[in-house]
Amino acid sequence: MATDSAQTQIHNIGYRNYDGPRLGRAYARRSLFSQSLRGAYGLGRSAKSKVLPMLLFAVMCVPAAIMVAVAVTMKTGQLPVPYTRYAIYLQAVIGLFIAAQAPQTVSRDLRFKTVPLYFSRPIERVDYVLAKFAAMASALFIITGAPLVVLYIGSLLAKLDFADQTKGFAEGLVSVALLSLLFAGLGLVIAALTPRRGFGVAAVIAVLTVSYGAVSAVQAIAFNQGSPGAVQWLGLFSPITLIDGVQTAFLGASSSFPGGHGPGSGTGAVYLLVVLALICGSYAVLMRRYRKVGL
Amino acid sequence: MYNPTVARLTYRALLGRRRAAILFVLPALLIVISVAVRSFSGADDQVTADLLGSFALATMVPLIGVIAGAGAIGPEIDDGSIVYLLAKPVKRSTIICTKLIVAIAVTMAFSAIPTLIAGFILNGNGQQIAIAYTVAALVASIAYAAVFLLLGTVTRHAVVFGLVYALVWESLFGSLVPGARTLSVQQWSLALAQRIGENGVISSDVGLPLAVILLVGVTAAATWYAGQKLRTLKLAGEE
Repeated sequence: MATDSAQTQIHNIGYRNYDGPRLGRAYARRSLFSQSLRGAYGLGRSAKSKVLPMLLFAVMCVPAAIMVAVAVTMKTGQLPVPYTRYAIYLQAVIGLFIAAQAPQTVSRDLRFKTVPLYFSRPIERVDYVLAKFAAMASALFIITGAPLVVLYIGSLLAKLDFADQTKGFAEGLVSVALLSLLFAGLGLVIAALTPRRGFGVAAVIAVLTVSYGAVSAVQAIAFNQGSPGAVQWLGLFSPITLIDGVQTAFLGASSSFPGGHGPGSGTGAVYLLVVLALICGSYAVLMRRYRKVGL
Repeated sequence: MYNPTVARLTYRALLGRRRAAILFVLPALLIVISVAVRSFSGADDQVTADLLGSFALATMVPLIGVIAGAGAIGPEIDDGSIVYLLAKPVKRSTIICTKLIVAIAVTMAFSAIPTLIAGFILNGNGQQIAIAYTVAALVASIAYAAVFLLLGTVTRHAVVFGLVYALVWESLFGSLVPGARTLSVQQWSLALAQRIGENGVISSDVGLPLAVILLVGVTAAATWYAGQKLRTLKLAGEE
């Protein structure tokens, strides 16, 4: 059909370009961080997905509240559990939290192929990794720090020694901050390797629990065979015993290793180095992992 | 009650690529530790019982049970491909039974055999410890696979709830509240091990008759209810 060029024309139907403010990369990174942090506690998601994180949060805080109540009413003069020991006692709960929430933070992006959509925005790879890492570490810090706050407030209400309690509280916070970074790094690395949520959960818990089970079993055997030197070095092979070792050496905690044979400052420095290397290493692995968006 | 095609598909789903890695790593770790302990401290019955009890039966068997049991049906329900299976003229109870048999076989293969090998490495089956823990692992495999398969049909978060049961209920509550131990697959299977092991190296909090009744009852009830669940399965979208 031969149409006359005079009759064909393009109408301007009034589409307008966006001329509002562009919030840019920093804003996108902040949003990704806050969304991931809220998502870790199920905020902004369905009621069903709030159940587990909130339940675990309550399980973390209730024993602290009970201990405080006991300390206040019985006037024992000290808290039944030192600040630095609390996270070690409830490590199963922390492990479950990271196992449940790390895959939901990263695996779903992989499974529903939303990662390419993120990278079509102004954010770079480093922003995505940093935002997810920071969000997971903050979520863990909240769940491990909250019971310490409860203990601290309670100890002040019970009129325990202020300087003593503040020192213990500060040491506890440093230790759980280190724990949060370490666990978040390990959890995210494992979860980022699989788009299947259930499989990610099992893999994270396997790394945390099985390594702890293996290490503590072998430690107990080494202790019974009368070689406390080996007990110290064996602690290097599981995340929670690493944290235990660091806080025993530098944060004045008493170790939960068999016989209380925690590492001294010399071995403790190795512990600290391994922890820092693992945190940096998991960041590097995540950066490498997200060079390619798929699997 | 058994459909070879369903079984083949389930085996493939369970032992495909990465999934198999974690199933191989756990038993390998157990054997490595056993070799290390044996060379470190020599054969010792108490050490053997401790290691097999705390690591093999309390950690490895439930974990493999969760992966095999929930993994046999969970991913299919999760991504919705179960409808293609349900649309075929196969009875729902047959699907569940087949998947259960596969899950039990996988759990047994990856937990009981390494336990036996580790037991022999550690003290050469002295006082029947290796055999006792292997039997316990075999029995526990059946019950764990059935319970976690049921969880897989009931909830989308089967792995998490399975782990909560295995870690929080059996380990944490079991060590604090003695009553919780009566309701623990681990203790029921230990009751059998106690009968086999000599000189009371192994102890359980549950009597043998009660343990057997509970094991059979829980397995049967879980399988039946999983079949019922599958008949009225609702496929929900991602939350």
